[in-house]
Amino acid sequence: MSETDADGGAAGPAEAEIPEDATAPEIDEPEAQDSEVEESAKTTPRSLPLRVQNLHKEFGGITAVDGATFSVEAESLTGLIGPNGAGKSTTFNCITGVHRPTSGHVYFRDEDITGLAPHEIAQRGLVRTFQIARELEEMTVMENMMLAPRGQVGESLVRSVTPGLRGSVVEQETELRERAWETLDLFEIDHLAGEYAGNLSGGQRKLLEMARVLMTDPEMVLLDEPLAGVNPTLEEKLLERVHELRGEGYTFLLVEHDMDVIMENCEHVIVMHQGRVLAEGGPDEIRSNEQVIEAYLGENV
Amino acid sequence: MSDDVRGVPDRVVDLFEGNDPLLIVGTMLGIYVLLTAAAVAVGFDLNGIVNTLRAATVFAAGYGMLVLALNLHWGYTGLFNIGVAGFMAVGTYVTAMLSAAPSSSPPGLGLPLPVAILGGMAAAAIVGLLTALPALRLRADYLAIVTVALSEMIRLFVKSRIAQEFTVAGVTLGTGGGRGINYPSPQTIVTGLLVKEPRSPGSEPTAFGEAVFGAAESVGISESVVSGLFYLVLLLVFTGAFYWLLVRIANSPFGRVLKAIREDELVASSLGKDTRLFKLKVFAVGCALMGLGGYLWIGRSGYVNDLSFRPNITFFVFIALIIGGAGSNTGSILGGMVFSALLFYFPQFVSQNLGGGSAPDSFAAALGSAGDLFAYAVANVSSLRFVAIGILLVYLMQNRPEGILGHRKEDAASVDLLERGSGRRPAADGGRPPDSGGESDE
Repeated sequence: MSETDADGGAAGPAEAEIPEDATAPEIDEPEAQDSEVEESAKTTPRSLPLRVQNLHKEFGGITAVDGATFSVEAESLTGLIGPNGAGKSTTFNCITGVHRPTSGHVYFRDEDITGLAPHEIAQRGLVRTFQIARELEEMTVMENMMLAPRGQVGESLVRSVTPGLRGSVVEQETELRERAWETLDLFEIDHLAGEYAGNLSGGQRKLLEMARVLMTDPEMVLLDEPLAGVNPTLEEKLLERVHELRGEGYTFLLVEHDMDVIMENCEHVIVMHQGRVLAEGGPDEIRSNEQVIEAYLGENV
Repeated sequence: MSDDVRGVPDRVVDLFEGNDPLLIVGTMLGIYVLLTAAAVAVGFDLNGIVNTLRAATVFAAGYGMLVLALNLHWGYTGLFNIGVAGFMAVGTYVTAMLSAAPSSSPPGLGLPLPVAILGGMAAAAIVGLLTALPALRLRADYLAIVTVALSEMIRLFVKSRIAQEFTVAGVTLGTGGGRGINYPSPQTIVTGLLVKEPRSPGSEPTAFGEAVFGAAESVGISESVVSGLFYLVLLLVFTGAFYWLLVRIANSPFGRVLKAIREDELVASSLGKDTRLFKLKVFAVGCALMGLGGYLWIGRSGYVNDLSFRPNITFFVFIALIIGGAGSNTGSILGGMVFSALLFYFPQFVSQNLGGGSAPDSFAAALGSAGDLFAYAVANVSSLRFVAIGILLVYLMQNRPEGILGHRKEDAASVDLLERGSGRRPAADGGRPPDSGGESDE
């Protein structure tokens, strides 16, 4: 459907920023956030979508992130672990635009996204969840789902209001609604569709949060401790979904506190300690890494 | 809610539930019945009764417009704008200055009314934007402080001697300062149908006007009441247009983002919404509507001064929205009606027409007997209504903070969200384990 600029000014993405890399044309433009994204997402090859280079973040005199450098491979499930205070969350917030890094760079699909606003980063397909599930409580589950998709024509005030222009809005809404139902089915919370998100249990909120992120049709998902405070049954279910989706070509970066979860599920593990990347590699490699053991034991004992 | 204990109140609720036009019309008719009874009780003739109902409806329509505009800001987007009076003043004064005749004092530009009205709305929107640009970066409570201060600044500026009469690029304009400003009343838009020269009093009626006045005369309704009724129709049309616009916004992806901003702005931006832009747009649109509403309602007589735009009007509009239910457009209309016609106008009517006479003139003197106390209360109901409104507000905050209709689920979408293309209803899926979502563990 809509080939026009879907945002109609409402969410005008990419202040005409030209990606500095010459490989840009093979990547679909951030402007093309229509339903095309759905198609191109399946065909566009992905390599190293996320690269973090020498990231520093200071709060006053405290250095939270001290030169972190790592990258995330396409279609991988990468784990980011570290003891409390290792700088995981701050790194996350720097990547997603919540914090502006003191120095260093974040590249997403070869575009420098350092210091962009959260919405600009999300519009590029790098979407996050929150550690404490942040539902829009006085909106229904379905409204939460329908909010998420990028490039909604109806987010333009003029198009939403003017008689005669609303046809495309309704058409897109109908499409998105189907996708929302399918996603709710996938997460087995479809029976809650009409419920206020605020009435959901903690676990259901985690499911909704994941489902909602998927509705944005992301290139890559950053999961901030999605398993915190989740019972074992649900934990299994959530991980199952993540594995399924990774199989479909999504890229995940998972921040977790729980070492076992990361070791059992991620093929690539990044260990942070005191604001730096301490080690990187496969789970077995990490498990036998002296420095990692020390960092974790050093904290616990 | 079990079916076997349903009484009459429940059935009444059922009748009105989900039928918004009936709810609005029903409430208004209820208010009419009460007012008619009161008017008959004080011995009004038909002309008086019709005029009473007209005045109450003008109140309801005026508040309806403003409450709807505020609902867009506060109910939908969570923007705590307590400068409603200021934006009303900008809309009213700019429209007045653009449309006032160059020969009047203070002089205006003498532009045609539709142009002047659009100019007034644009000015209110621009002032709104200028406020919002810095203030929307701040937390919600700071927006409140900025807007309430701005609204007083606007009023004091309008009243000041600098603004009374000034010359810009060779054109002399003015707000009239404390003396107020005269300008062509918006009533001339409709009274043009009835009289040949709507801008000059005592003008000859048109052929249509002659017929209407004649018909009204025969049942004892005066010409001025008829003109008032015509203007009322215009007000109702505008109120309807406001309502339509707001419902339209509410049932759209745009409205969905607004709700998301109200709930959690960081989530909205993390999902790729440029929340600042949305807030700016909404602020401008709401302010333009406040400007228009202010002109059509407060400015309807063709004369205003700064006293009409004191902050209390802002708080009245807020109370009306709280009564009706923030976030609901039908609730906004109902809140506007209940507050203005029932809680505001009706007590005033009572005290004007029933008060006086033998009522004691101080509270202490009224304590003598129950009859004295009652007479005193009736005579002072105009002031006491604020006590009543305050009590109502406290009650609502404690027992029904969502107002009359704020509890309703009004999905922000342009399609029915619970419908599925496949025809499968989700609730029919019984195979769901009861613990599917995990326990509430937070």
